[in-house]
Amino acid sequence: MNKILTKNRDLTQKLGFSLLTLMTLLTVIPIIGTVIYIIVQGAPAISWEFITGFPREGMREGGILPAIIGTFYLTLGTAVFSVPLGIAAAIYLSEYASENRLTRLIRLAIINLAGIPSVVYGLFGLGLFVLFLNFGTSILSASMTLSIMTLPVIISTTEEALRAVPQSFRTVSISLGGTRWQTIRRTVLPQALPGIITGVILGLERAAGETAPILFTGAAFFLPRLPHSPFDATMALPYHLFVISTQVPEMPIQIQYGTALVLLVFVLGMNVIATIIRSRARAKRQW
Amino acid sequence: MNKIVIENLTLQYSDGTESLHDISLDIVANATTVLFGPAGGGKSSLLRCLNRLNDLADVESVSGRIILDGENILDPNIDVIALRRKVGMVFARPVVLPFSIRGNLTYGLELAGEKRKSRHDEAIERSLKLAALWDEVHDRLDEPAIALSGGQQQRLCLARSLAQEPEVILLDEPTSGLDPISTAKVENALEELKKLYTVILVPHSVQQAARTSDFAAFFLQGKLIEYAPGTEIFTNPQNQRTEDYVTGRFG
Amino acid sequence: MEKDLNWREYIITRLIKFSGYSAVIFVSLIFFFLLKEGLPTLAEVPLGDLFDLRWYPIESYYGILPLITGSLLVTIGAGLIAVPFGIGTAIYLAEIAPRWVRNLLKPLVELLGGLPSVVLGFLGILILSPTLRVTLNLPTGLTALSGSLLLGGIAIPTVVSIAEDALDAVPKSYRDAALAIGATRWQTIWRVTLPAARSGVLTAVMLGVGRSIGETMTVMMVTGNAPVLATGLADLFSPVRTMTATIAAEMGEVANASTHYHVLFFIGMVLFLISMTVNVAASAVVFRQKKRAERVLS
Repeated sequence: MNKILTKNRDLTQKLGFSLLTLMTLLTVIPIIGTVIYIIVQGAPAISWEFITGFPREGMREGGILPAIIGTFYLTLGTAVFSVPLGIAAAIYLSEYASENRLTRLIRLAIINLAGIPSVVYGLFGLGLFVLFLNFGTSILSASMTLSIMTLPVIISTTEEALRAVPQSFRTVSISLGGTRWQTIRRTVLPQALPGIITGVILGLERAAGETAPILFTGAAFFLPRLPHSPFDATMALPYHLFVISTQVPEMPIQIQYGTALVLLVFVLGMNVIATIIRSRARAKRQW
Repeated sequence: MNKIVIENLTLQYSDGTESLHDISLDIVANATTVLFGPAGGGKSSLLRCLNRLNDLADVESVSGRIILDGENILDPNIDVIALRRKVGMVFARPVVLPFSIRGNLTYGLELAGEKRKSRHDEAIERSLKLAALWDEVHDRLDEPAIALSGGQQQRLCLARSLAQEPEVILLDEPTSGLDPISTAKVENALEELKKLYTVILVPHSVQQAARTSDFAAFFLQGKLIEYAPGTEIFTNPQNQRTEDYVTGRFG
Repeated sequence: MEKDLNWREYIITRLIKFSGYSAVIFVSLIFFFLLKEGLPTLAEVPLGDLFDLRWYPIESYYGILPLITGSLLVTIGAGLIAVPFGIGTAIYLAEIAPRWVRNLLKPLVELLGGLPSVVLGFLGILILSPTLRVTLNLPTGLTALSGSLLLGGIAIPTVVSIAEDALDAVPKSYRDAALAIGATRWQTIWRVTLPAARSGVLTAVMLGVGRSIGETMTVMMVTGNAPVLATGLADLFSPVRTMTATIAAEMGEVANASTHYHVLFFIGMVLFLISMTVNVAASAVVFRQKKRAERVLS
């Protein structure tokens, strides 16, 4: 082969690889930068009072406890509805459904649910839960709205975890006189559990960080107390960050960064836990 | 005495891969019946009909009857769960469940709702002894079953199906992945088992078929070619194709 | 006891099957409620007014064209960023980077997908917009461009994740064959691997862009929210307002069942239909389910 041609090809490859590496760096560095920047800027705001206190002076002083607790309640509420439903739906798809039209329709519906804009979930929650079912602007309405939004994530990750369990386990269990449900409960589910937990956490992580779906279904601008029942509205970290960074004039910058940091820790903490569970389970797995 | 009577069994998978054509066969109790022949002949399919494991596969159609103790097990209304407890199965690859040795052995009993520890211990000892595994594992029953060697795992699988006191044992090439010593152990165990149970074996070689069979059925492309006592079929086959296969002219 | 078992089994199976259909039920419910609250718009606002250039609800101007073009503009801008960077990163991770780099960076990129959009909007207000205003010498930094840059960032993890999976799924033998006849790795990537993974890469792009069109908080916070008709990419440097931001910003203040309320639901309906179109199209590209029944042949 012609030497110059070879040289050209090598040069092209070198340039191409460099370009792609550069693009990757430009993608990755801002991510790391964002996280580090918020940590650095927000850390000074973090204090015992900030975490456990109520907002004072039009939220310009004091803590963000109601928002933290609110996000905790919303996440919990979301889990209550979406986890059993999502896991059951995944079991259906993995263990019961045969490949027919109905199953294809279900899969299409799940893909669609995953793609619906979050603010449209907010509209839906307003229409169904707040107004039609008369739950009002409440933790209940917001949690149910977030649940439906979280459902596709939980279903698809759980289904993947179930399908990863070797088919032979099922065959053996059935051959020993197990019913389908016994087989699922005693053999398939325990083996898929780490994968399911990971998926659930990743779904809830998304719910915890969302603002748009709770805007008109359960989020409160400011509450001087903690919610008493599921029918109360609540403050929430993401909405609070939105409020103090756009709606409150002369908001001390430190409180804004502090709130962003707490939200980040909440959400990324869940992400890290999920990752740890996944890698531990992979290392321990017997198949 | 006939334990199982198979009458005109015909089976078709939906993807058309493998099927059984008009099989009629009487399987004798307390003996080893061997189903042998080249791959794709329908031996495994027949085996999987006997405990209705084919329910899990895409079966297009099945006709004929399989009478076990006077009951047609192909009848959609029979209690399939009870049938599978009565007809145990061991697969070609040893599939131990991801539990302890004990957990594997008591799995079937627990499925059946048997919770008494004394019954569990009884079943564990009896089945492990029958499968010739007791001496090797009785002092480490709570270790994960996956830690056993391949041969031990396969005998554990055998013990696991024996634990719920079946009446018929189906074995689908149970020694195909094992070394000669492990194979001998399994074969010896089978020799003991047939005194108690009806054993139906798909062997992994003609030699194994000859060694283990009381009765032998030769399958070719979904058809039953010849069925006779083992002593006859391997020494004096009636059918030309059986003879060609047994003597190694094709395989 | 046997009976007991059968009963439980029956009930559980029913519950599982019912849950299996839940996704279909919810999508239908969502669509139903959007129609129920959105369709009255057509009776209340003449079609000509609806597709007019002026959005000023206080004086009953419900022209949604500026909102649609606002969404389009921001999304196109986001796509121009997310597609090259997303695919470039995916190729780097799948084809060039050593395994450990990939295992480190891919979760990191996916982490970006987990960042709450409100945090990105927050940083957009405090850092990105002022920077853009100064460097580009604009009257305000809250522009479509700020929205596009952040939305691009939000779409990148989706693009990278799906495209990388698709590239990774290309059998190694394809690459080996190309390398064996003397192609360089670079040529192999462009002529063999990328074409082989094209349906997955296409899906990645569609879903990434689909996600940006539905993104709400970030764009509401950084695009300036001026409902002005966008006519070209030059408008990237001025404030715009998207469909999603309009709903989010105004829904809290409208009276139930007012015309304004209905129009906002109507916009939600349009968004729903857009996302459905994108997702149906994307899944049509990749719908290849393996046959499920496993049967060990004799």
